[in-house]
Amino acid sequence: MVMSDRAAPELSLALCRQGFWRLLPISLFVAVFGAAFGLAAVQAGLPGHEILLMSATVFAGTAQFAALEMWGTEVPVLPLLATTFAINARMLLMGATLYPWMSRLPPGQRYASLVVLSDANWAMNLNDLQSGRNTLGALVGGGFALWLTWLTGTLAGMVFGSAISDPRALGVDMVMGCFMLSMVLAGRRTSRTVLAWVVGGLAAYAAYRWLPENSHVLVGALAGGLVGALWLEDKP
Amino acid sequence: MMATEAGGALLLIALMALVTLLARLGGVLLMSVVPMGRRVEGFINAMAGSVLVAVLVPVAVEADTAGQLALLATAVLMALYRRPMPAIAAGILVAALVRAV
Repeated sequence: MVMSDRAAPELSLALCRQGFWRLLPISLFVAVFGAAFGLAAVQAGLPGHEILLMSATVFAGTAQFAALEMWGTEVPVLPLLATTFAINARMLLMGATLYPWMSRLPPGQRYASLVVLSDANWAMNLNDLQSGRNTLGALVGGGFALWLTWLTGTLAGMVFGSAISDPRALGVDMVMGCFMLSMVLAGRRTSRTVLAWVVGGLAAYAAYRWLPENSHVLVGALAGGLVGALWLEDKP
Repeated sequence: MMATEAGGALLLIALMALVTLLARLGGVLLMSVVPMGRRVEGFINAMAGSVLVAVLVPVAVEADTAGQLALLATAVLMALYRRPMPAIAAGILVAALVRAV
């Protein structure tokens, strides 16, 4: 793939609407995690408006759960922000992978569409782009679906929290894992990408075992990226 | 330390939101100052799949047997048919069934 061949990705209301509906099934499961967060936040003693504000503006589940661990009448500011950044640093990498397409957009659209960047809509949109669907509909429309269900789920957890039965019994805790795995395997498979997965996976495992918490995604992704930097694709 | 009363909590939430927004925008922002060459493009293309794999590693390691069988079911169906939705549905079904037994 040569960069100069690429046109700017399309971003129309119709494409966003399509992205919204494509991500909605996964978003419904995200709502279950939102509910778990809402319940946990109530139990941690946060007032309702703060819980909703956090889900609406931070919109990053793992980081929000981690914040609850530190929440109290006094909160350590720097550890809170460092943890938030460490957990969300994977978004830096996800954003970077979209750059070859995003660079064709005017900066306003480019950065506005990243505001709802999240794991599921990023993964689906990257697959679209790599398979020639040059749109950002899944990122933007799907991101809105995820944001809306995350917020609704949070509210539901605050209100009906104790009524939620065990989501594990229904297999709901595996939804994101299965989704991410299907996105890995839906991508283009060459011996080069497979080697990058293996190297990235082993590095992530080593970091998960022996390096500080939350470093595994950065370590694994950078190790996999190095494979791509050293083993170049054949010139087209 | 910051007290969570008298608006402190709102400030903390705003700071968390800002840090997260920086992570969302930062990747594209950084790439826009890195000169794009074949090595850089090779790097980010290979990194794309590796991010997903790296996110998955602890999920797969920490999952119970039912969860690991769910991932296996998804992987097998993806390898055979390359259709995400049925593969995900099969994975969840496997997890639920194994846990029900």
